[in-house]
Amino acid sequence: MTVLALACWVALGSFGAGLLGALTGLGGGIVVVPMLTLLFHVDLRYAIGASLVSVIATSSGAAAAYVREGYTNVRVGIFLEVATTVGALIGAALAGVIPTSALSILFGVVLLYTAYRSFQGHAEQVTTGPSHPWAVRLRLDSDYPTAAGMQPYSVQGVPGGFGLMFMAGILSALLGIGSGVIKVLAMDRTMKLPFKVSTTTSNFMIGVTAAASAGVYLHRGYIVPELAFPVMLGVLAGALLGARILAFASTRWLRIVFSAVVVVLAGEMLYKGITGAL
Amino acid sequence: MSGTESEQATTESRWSDHRVEQIIGRLLQAGVLLAAAVVIAGALPLLAQHGADVADFRVFHAGSTMLQSVSGVVRGALARDSRAIVQLGLVLLIATPVARVALTLVAFVLQRDRLYIAITALVLALLLYGLLWGRA
Repeated sequence: MTVLALACWVALGSFGAGLLGALTGLGGGIVVVPMLTLLFHVDLRYAIGASLVSVIATSSGAAAAYVREGYTNVRVGIFLEVATTVGALIGAALAGVIPTSALSILFGVVLLYTAYRSFQGHAEQVTTGPSHPWAVRLRLDSDYPTAAGMQPYSVQGVPGGFGLMFMAGILSALLGIGSGVIKVLAMDRTMKLPFKVSTTTSNFMIGVTAAASAGVYLHRGYIVPELAFPVMLGVLAGALLGARILAFASTRWLRIVFSAVVVVLAGEMLYKGITGAL
Repeated sequence: MSGTESEQATTESRWSDHRVEQIIGRLLQAGVLLAAAVVIAGALPLLAQHGADVADFRVFHAGSTMLQSVSGVVRGALARDSRAIVQLGLVLLIATPVARVALTLVAFVLQRDRLYIAITALVLALLLYGLLWGRA
């Protein structure tokens, strides 16, 4: 395949990934690496480099829209960033020594978990009970806008959330993904933040986490312009369009379609990892 | 610190947190658009010059090129190398979250929030370490 043909096909696929990722709220980054490796037979390291770039693009591109709504908890975000950036740098170091077959299996497991999570509902919770002692020390409690005015909330499970974020950072670097699913899990389930605060703060953190390992991968030569640019532009265009048409789309069906795609990719990644074909 | 004092502090910081975040959000969006513009400006000549070449990314080639460091990318882009211009756009994109953390640090400095100045400075140092030295 020529450079031009590859760029066109990769841009098209990335556009679809960005669009579905934005419409389902699962993020497009998770399918970029399987697409590049399984469909276009790109080396896993080049795929991870290109994918991280696209993760940063969607995270930063969506930031302005999220910030306007006023849900992001900056203190929670920056505090947990310590865990994700340290995790990302450790993950980047591990990526050089872990065999690609093991990474492929890990990717399959994370894809399956993402598909599973996409069918779990999330009731809007507000915890107003006593905060975790660390949350008090770190002044993490805040409030967020609701239909009934500003709603205060307290923050729980800080050490558990911090630990999960460390894992999210490692996975982000190892697999070239945003790890948004694990970040939301940490904040929504463990720290008991309201769901909207979790998702917007997660978006704030995804770009920073991805930038930590992307910087390292730039030096290692994982980021090649011919491959990274169609992924970045495709995912960005898809995500921006997705955010526009979100209000008119039937997200339930899209979620089922996207999850089906994710499960198929998970199976392929597991198979390739176990047979050592990647 | 008494209850009312801490309540006042939270209210003030929330307001300035939110205002700062709005400004940062706008800057981030501008950063992404700038990065995309630079990438496109390099991608068009890149495809014109190398579009017909055979793309081979099946095997990873480790090696040191100018595209693997920030200074090398800048030098290449100044020399109008199309691949380096695309890479410069990608580096600008990687730098946008770093800029976000830097601006958040400025906000905490303005608020004289010592604890969060320290936390944010640590995150910024880790990011710059990865981006400029590239070791992990």
